[in-house]
Amino acid sequence: MSNNNKKWFSLNLGRKEKVSSGSCSCGKTSGGCGTSSNSHHMTDDEFAAAAINASIGEERTKDGFEQVFDVKMDRRTAFKKLTASLLIGAGAVSTSCSVISGDESREKSQIDWEEQFKGNYKLMTDEEKQATVDRLVRSYQLRTGKTLSMSSKNAEEDVLFGYAFNISKCQGYMDCVNACVEENNQDRDSQMQYIRIHEMKDGKGFNFNEADDNYYHEVPAEGHFYMGTQCFHCDNPPCVEVCPVQATWREDDGLVVVDYDWCVGCRYCMAACPYDGRRFNWSKPEVPEAEINHNQHYLGNRMRKKGVMEKCTFCVQRSRAGKNPACVEACPTGARIFGNLLDPNSTIRWVLENKKVFRLKEDLGTEPKFWYFMD
Amino acid sequence: MKRLKVFGSLVKDSLDTITHGSKRYHLWMALLTFVMLVGMYCYSIQLEHGLSVTGMTDRVSWGLYISNFTFLVGVAAAAVMLVMPTYVLKDIDFKQAVLIGEGLAVAALIMCLAFVVADMGGPSVLWHMIPGIGVFNFPNSMLTWDVLVLNGYLFLNITIPFYILFRHYQGKEAKSSVYIPGAILSVFWAVAIHLVTAFLYQGLQARPFWNNALLGPRFLASAFAAGPALIILVLAIIRNFTEFKIQDKTIKKIAMVVTVAAQINLIMLISELFKEFYAPTHHSESAYYLFFGLDGKDALLPWIWTAIPLNVLATVLLTFHKLRNNFKVLFFCCFILFIAIWIEKGFGLIVPGFIPGPYGKIAEYTPTGIEIGVTLGIWALGAFVFTILAKTAIGIELGKLKYNKKA
Repeated sequence: MSNNNKKWFSLNLGRKEKVSSGSCSCGKTSGGCGTSSNSHHMTDDEFAAAAINASIGEERTKDGFEQVFDVKMDRRTAFKKLTASLLIGAGAVSTSCSVISGDESREKSQIDWEEQFKGNYKLMTDEEKQATVDRLVRSYQLRTGKTLSMSSKNAEEDVLFGYAFNISKCQGYMDCVNACVEENNQDRDSQMQYIRIHEMKDGKGFNFNEADDNYYHEVPAEGHFYMGTQCFHCDNPPCVEVCPVQATWREDDGLVVVDYDWCVGCRYCMAACPYDGRRFNWSKPEVPEAEINHNQHYLGNRMRKKGVMEKCTFCVQRSRAGKNPACVEACPTGARIFGNLLDPNSTIRWVLENKKVFRLKEDLGTEPKFWYFMD
Repeated sequence: MKRLKVFGSLVKDSLDTITHGSKRYHLWMALLTFVMLVGMYCYSIQLEHGLSVTGMTDRVSWGLYISNFTFLVGVAAAAVMLVMPTYVLKDIDFKQAVLIGEGLAVAALIMCLAFVVADMGGPSVLWHMIPGIGVFNFPNSMLTWDVLVLNGYLFLNITIPFYILFRHYQGKEAKSSVYIPGAILSVFWAVAIHLVTAFLYQGLQARPFWNNALLGPRFLASAFAAGPALIILVLAIIRNFTEFKIQDKTIKKIAMVVTVAAQINLIMLISELFKEFYAPTHHSESAYYLFFGLDGKDALLPWIWTAIPLNVLATVLLTFHKLRNNFKVLFFCCFILFIAIWIEKGFGLIVPGFIPGPYGKIAEYTPTGIEIGVTLGIWALGAFVFTILAKTAIGIELGKLKYNKKA
């Protein structure tokens, strides 16, 4: 919250905009930055700075509200003013800064309030991104007592992610699907899966109409071949164009991502996607506490809520950390290849240059970054 | 200051009017209130459990709500078929009908907005869509265009009749120099709301069933048939139950509008069917599903095969002057035409767009009870709003509601 030129509307309710000199470097005003468990303990220097801030710091930054209410006064005036303020702001007071509730619940509601009225992640500065991630981490800590790590890492320069799928190698084991669900904390109740494996009959070509994307038998089945689809991270994504609130966009490294907190759930993007790449949380997503992947990214596998869109992000939490997506790592046959299209020495570049590659529905002009090839 | 006083008195008088009426009127309003309450209860369930209580899935992600929304945009646009002759062409016959038509447009638009909100996964963050406060993806997203034109049209259709009624309430003539520009603007605006709504679907290359150039024009033709058809039925009811005089001439003229629009609509339907079935391609599968079913999945067959014969029958009957001028036949035709277009431009248009899916998967859609409950509730809301508007307007036009008239 150290940056004041925000690009959205925010209510300054019971929140004190302190100069962040004395507080933690992450820019949070309350609770501590949360990424480390020792955030509650201040060093002596910090304590001194905070003490000075508390005594005289606010004099410098007081706004009109505080100038009226935050002054020393006798009991009678205090009661008078308190009554007035209670009458004026009873509703707001009870939600975000109730004097009855404890510190933790107050912090919780403070976080909830700020999260409800925060802006679009796409338009945030790096500090604002960090602040919302810190709030989410802290909120999780307050609710479950456990810590998680959440990244807000931006796209790196000279990186453009691409994916290739070897149809000759895929045997339909669906290890990729399971790895994806576990990695990305998808709703277990509705069995949401980003990846679909289509089982096709030999000799019929790529006949999706007769393919089965929901099989329950031993694989590889005689006389069949397999082909996986997921979000193709188009360079010209129709889903991004149609979103009324820019809750989904293409990052500089080519990933098409969703801000789950900004999405209004109209599902226009779902209708616009020609590749069945998007999934919707029709009810509250449930993941058993023990199965939650705590290594998260804001744009990736953090916990979603009901009524928002989600999709494959090429495992942004892994790919931006220099790792392969979970599906690539899990594939036992080596059918999946992932890498940086701008790196001439990458495997994906070798595949594109040496194999006869093709993409699905190229006539639609969406420019997918997902190629198929055969040995 | 004086205007404010008049306005206050108008509000008081209209409150008085809408809370008093015959037994039948009270029964009607009580019924609507009950249906609305049921709808609200269903919606509260949906709010709590999410959209999983509807029949929609990842395969068919829009259903009954968006279908009704699409259809009602057409009904709202139809008010223009009365506005144009009255205000712009100075055809006096329509003058009484036009206030009713605009009231219908307001009610339809409120229903549209309610259906859109009901369809949202996160109604609590809808402020993200408010320009200035949130992020408004204009002009890229057709949905933002739709938000603009629908709210603009709602504004026009509230202000124009309000101005006229406000003047009449004070016993003054409405100045034509004030409302004519608004009326002319609303004529273009009405075409825009339906065309933009069609573009919402037409612009999706992912859905070949929608991605055809005829969708927009056909939306207009069907809307200008279904909307005035509804207006005729409403006028017939009002004529029957109130002292409000509506001449036969007026109804016959609106019937002419319905007839021409229905004929054009039928020509476009034939053109569409020809394209889909003469040389069927991969892209014709949705149409095959709609009309004949695919792989034994045929949930929409009874609906579409109700809609098409009704549509054809109504159009043929209306075409003959003798039959059209017989009011019994006319009302019957309007009724079946309205039903036919509701099916055709509602889920007959939206659902097949998703079937088969992008990779050929055929997963059918059936609305759940909760979804139907919310839908009925919103329709009741529309009827409720319209009844209130119409009762006040009729009161003012008949001179029963008058400023400073102490009765």
